[in-house]
Amino acid sequence: MDLGVIARNFPFMAGGLLLTFELALITIAGGFLVGVVLALCRLSSRSWLYYPATVYVHFFRGLPLILVIFWLYFLSPVVTGSSLKAFNAAIISFVLFEAAYFAEIIRAGVQSLSRGQIMAAYSTGLTQFQSARHVILPQAVRNMVPALVTQAVIIFQDTSLAYVIGLREFLRRVNLVDAREARSVELYLFAGLVYFIICSVGSMAGSRLEKRTKRS
Amino acid sequence: MIDIKGVSLWYDNDRRVLDDITEVIGTGRTVVICGPSGSGKSSLLRCINGLEHFQKGEIFIDGISVQDTRTDIHKLRARIGMVFQHFELYPHMTAMHNITLAPMQVYKKTRREAEEKAMALLERVGIHEQAFKYPEELSGGQKQRVAIARALAMEPGTMLFDEPTSALDPEMISEVLDVMVGLARGGMTMIVVTHEMGFAREVADRIMFMDEGRIIENAGTSEFFNNPKSPRTRQFLRRILNYHA
Repeated sequence: MDLGVIARNFPFMAGGLLLTFELALITIAGGFLVGVVLALCRLSSRSWLYYPATVYVHFFRGLPLILVIFWLYFLSPVVTGSSLKAFNAAIISFVLFEAAYFAEIIRAGVQSLSRGQIMAAYSTGLTQFQSARHVILPQAVRNMVPALVTQAVIIFQDTSLAYVIGLREFLRRVNLVDAREARSVELYLFAGLVYFIICSVGSMAGSRLEKRTKRS
Repeated sequence: MIDIKGVSLWYDNDRRVLDDITEVIGTGRTVVICGPSGSGKSSLLRCINGLEHFQKGEIFIDGISVQDTRTDIHKLRARIGMVFQHFELYPHMTAMHNITLAPMQVYKKTRREAEEKAMALLERVGIHEQAFKYPEELSGGQKQRVAIARALAMEPGTMLFDEPTSALDPEMISEVLDVMVGLARGGMTMIVVTHEMGFAREVADRIMFMDEGRIIENAGTSEFFNNPKSPRTRQFLRRILNYHA
C-alpha cells in the first residue's frame, strides 16, 4: 500500500469531484423539472398528454444510461450535422434519462394523495394547474422526499458514466492517475470511499429532511 | 336555480349510479337528500359542480350547462361552494391560508383583501381565534367550519354539502349545523346530503329520499315526515328516527 499516491494526486482528483458535483446538481434540478412535467402528463386524462409521456417514461426506463450517453454523443452529429460537446451531451442524456425516473416518483407521490384533496381544490374554482401548484405538489413532494433523496444519490453515482465520452469527472481522473502511477488498489479503494462518504452524507441529510417535513 | 334534467351516470357500462334524475331547485331553497349509502346522493352532488362526468341528461346552474364544452367550468365551480364529509382542508396550510388561496388565485384578490374577508368569515363561523392554526391542530367541528368558510370565501350562490356532519363526534355536530342553519336562513341555495333529520325539519324546503340511483320520494318537508308515500321511505324514516331518538 502506498497512500502517498493519493496525497500526491489529490488536487487533480478533487478537481474532478467538482465536475462530478456540477453534473449531479444540474441533472437533479433539470431531471426533477422535466420529471414534474412528465408526471403531470402521465396523470392527465387527456390522451394526447398521457400517451407521449407514458411512451417516453417506458422508453428511457428500458435502456441502460450508458447507451443513452453513447447515442446522444455519437449519433447526434450524424442526425444534426454538428457534434455536441462532451459536457453538454452528458448533461442532456442525464436529464432525459433521470427525468423518466423522477416522473414515476412524482406520479406515485401525487397518487398517494386522496382524491378528496383534488376535488376540494377543483370545487373552489382552481384550475388543474393551480390545484397542482398549490395543493397537490406541495403535499406530494413531502411524501416523495425519501424516494427523491434516493434518486439524487443514485444520480450522483451515475455521473461517473460520463467518463465513457471522455469527461474528466472524478472517476475518470482517478482512472488517469492510475494509468500513470499503476496503483489500482489504493486509488480505487480511495474512489470507493469518496463515493461512499458523499452518498452517506446525502442519505443522512435526506432522512433529517424527511423528519422535518413530517413535523411541520 | 339548479335545473337537473334526466341525469344518468354509470360506471363500467353497467353499474348505474344515477338513473334518470330530474329536479329543479329554486334560488334560495334548501333541499335535503337522504338515503342509504351507495344510493347515489354524493355522486349527484359531484355531477352538479362538474366533478363527475355523467353520460346522459343535462344540468343547468342559473341557465349555464355544466357539461357544455363552451362552459368555463372553473368559473362555474367558483360560484358553487362544496363541503365534504372528511373536510379536505389542505393540511400544509393554516386555516387562514386554506380560505384565502382560491380568492387570490381565481379572483386575483390581493392578500390583504382576501385575509380581511377570511377573517370576517371565520368570525361568522365562530372560530376567528383559530385563524393561524394548521388543520391538524383543530377539532373536527372546527375543521368543518373552516371548510365552510373556505367555500363561502368564493361568494357562492349555491352550497353543496356532502354529509358534512357524519365524520364528527356527536357533541360537535350542532356547531356545524348552526352555521348551516344560518346560511339557509340567509337565502343561500343549498343542497345538503345528510341524515340529520332535525336539521332537515328546521330548514329544508324539500326532502328527497334516494335509493339505488333513483329519487324514491320527493316532497315538502312536513309532507315527507308526516305522510311519506313509498313504503321504502317509511321504512328508512322509521329506522333513522328511532335510531336518533
